[in-house]
Amino acid sequence: MTDYLIDGGVLAHGKNVQVLISDGRIVEIDRIVSSPNAVNAVRVDARNCLILPGFVDLHTHLREPGREDSETVESGSRAAAKGGFTAVSAMANTFPVADTAGVVEQVYALGQAAGLCDVFPIGAVTQGLAGQALAELGAMADSKARVRIFSDDGNCVFDPIVMRRALEYVKKFNGVIAQHAQDPQLTKDAQMNEGFLSSRLGMKGWPSVAEESIIARDVLLADHVKSRLHVCHVTTSGGVDIIRWAKARGIQVSAEVTPHHLLLTEDLATSYDPMYKVNPPLRTQKDVMALREGLADGTIDVVATDHAPHSAESKECEWQAAAFGMLGLETAFSIVQATMIDTKMMTWSDLADRMSTAPALIGGYSDHGQSLRVGSRAHIAIVNPTRGWQVDRDLVASRSKNTPYHGMEFSGSVVATFFRGVPTVLDSKLVRSNNGN
Amino acid sequence: MRHLLSTADLSYAQANKILDTAKEMARISEGPVKKLPTLRGRTIVNLFFEDSTRTRISFEAAAKRLSADVINFSAKGSSASKGESLKDTAQTLQAMGADAVILRHSASGAAQRLASSHWTTGSVINAGDGTHEHPTQALLDAFTIRKHLRGGTGDLRGLTVAIVGDILHSRVARSNIHLLNLLGAQVILVAPPTLIPLGAEKWPVQISYDLDAVLPLVDAVMMLRVQQERMNDFFFPTAREYSHYYGLNSDRLKLMKPNSLIMHPGPMNRGLEITAESADSARSVILEQVTNGVSVRMAVLYLLLAGAPNEGGDLI
Repeated sequence: MTDYLIDGGVLAHGKNVQVLISDGRIVEIDRIVSSPNAVNAVRVDARNCLILPGFVDLHTHLREPGREDSETVESGSRAAAKGGFTAVSAMANTFPVADTAGVVEQVYALGQAAGLCDVFPIGAVTQGLAGQALAELGAMADSKARVRIFSDDGNCVFDPIVMRRALEYVKKFNGVIAQHAQDPQLTKDAQMNEGFLSSRLGMKGWPSVAEESIIARDVLLADHVKSRLHVCHVTTSGGVDIIRWAKARGIQVSAEVTPHHLLLTEDLATSYDPMYKVNPPLRTQKDVMALREGLADGTIDVVATDHAPHSAESKECEWQAAAFGMLGLETAFSIVQATMIDTKMMTWSDLADRMSTAPALIGGYSDHGQSLRVGSRAHIAIVNPTRGWQVDRDLVASRSKNTPYHGMEFSGSVVATFFRGVPTVLDSKLVRSNNGN
Repeated sequence: MRHLLSTADLSYAQANKILDTAKEMARISEGPVKKLPTLRGRTIVNLFFEDSTRTRISFEAAAKRLSADVINFSAKGSSASKGESLKDTAQTLQAMGADAVILRHSASGAAQRLASSHWTTGSVINAGDGTHEHPTQALLDAFTIRKHLRGGTGDLRGLTVAIVGDILHSRVARSNIHLLNLLGAQVILVAPPTLIPLGAEKWPVQISYDLDAVLPLVDAVMMLRVQQERMNDFFFPTAREYSHYYGLNSDRLKLMKPNSLIMHPGPMNRGLEITAESADSARSVILEQVTNGVSVRMAVLYLLLAGAPNEGGDLI
């Protein structure tokens, strides 16, 4: 296996280092490495760059099996690598639903075959995501995919007794229920954030309370049965407040925020362009600021992309008929830098925590999110905070083009990604050959 | 201006120009020869994704009086169901050389979506999009009020207009709120709290839950249709209770000022939001609204297709 020397970059806390990678691990990390192997190693220029642990996404829609026209595990893995990710978590809402050991093992195997990042399947909480009967959570946990996160994402586990039992049941294998907090009764046919703007635009509102009431119920349930709850894509200031309160009480709750909810607001719906249609919906500037504060102070543990590829025809229509969701993997880092680092709300160490260490811990991905030191797995993202770029939907690695950021410019970019000591991305471009393919 | 999507897009001058032009159109319509050659050779498509015979025939009559060729295209369903998508339909019509598309659609924003897409190059006229807007209805309402209470000229300053009923789901209400404000009228929304949109307190309107208190103040009252489907969605307890508090009946008629107008965009639910006595009373201008609808739509088609208003609302 080729050795690599990352040269000229700095670690999150600011130390200038060289990093020598051999056999999938970091073998030396110092100002100037001393190993004679460094001479023959392939040198990777990291001047003006930060060397961070590879990013870990807890919320990724890879669409395979079932909707391979919009994304596959392989194409999604390429998008992940370009975004600096070394691990993603494939959501269960595929066709068929990932509610059996067979499906999660298939997705896991596809990820290993692609070999660009680890693909950890998320198992469905209930059979067919229908919210009625528990899926075989134990079988999925014991499968080769070793599932630890369970979610009906796209649907809320609405029945409180189903939610309670799921929370209890996963304690057996230290699992976690990732809830899509959306009261379905309060959001029937909902199109966008409910408020002044939805009223003016004549669109059915998705009120904050539909999210907050479920979060409130679930943190109380998690407290009651002493289990782990993860709240998917928090979008409201009220939701942040409830989670802050729950954490102060010692409840085992973690939460995620998406890059788009850190950056975009409901005002974009004024165009009626369904590229901005997403579930949960874009909220107000006040919510955006509360989410940023929550992420900065640790109330929100992680950034998760909710990468949701959709075919062209499901967005080339009137808003009401369009699918919910937007791409996220390839732009996540740039947005977190823009919203959290460039605004001085977070440090680079915080970013490494929210995008790598914390999500790996929540998912139990022990191979990921490791601090960069001798002996660590070489899952690495190298980012250049001053190398700007412009998003072009025709250049995405994803099979779909539904990015709301087309034409937007960001000041920082992912330069290189190492997965198990092998570069998947160099000079911001995908490395063709991997695992001998 | 190439499209008419929302009354919020109109300037004061543009709105008045449309109303003035409509007055001319009405004069012609009353004459012995009802037809103008203005739009001869132009093709106008009535693209209706939602049933609305009244609005469609009104636009059709307007276009024909201007000598345009009219194609009626009823597309049942939307791209959400198995019907043809808005995009494919629009491109098909474009390929057939449509100069203007009059669009009725159940999705809010459909007309704006069509106008901002590359699916058609013609003018887009919003004939009702979901629960968003219905600009020509508001224009014909303003025209009717102006004719009766302002002698057919000028704006509506000093007048108070109540819009009563299902504001939440009403595209007519939204278009009227923008336009009435633009023309200087005071707007009072009257409905049970469940049918007032969230955030409406920030709109340039007054809000009341009490129709009896409002009626003595108004120069015109617009009664909105209450859809049957609202009954099952907990917006109000029963149809009878709704009528009791918000129906325009003969007792309430007596509370109104002598020269005030009763309006309704149609179709009416007689006995629910309006009783027969009110709908057929001397103050009712409901049928005249229908007549004026043709004149206003002629004006809109004429101004959009025969010439275009420039920046600042200097309509040609």
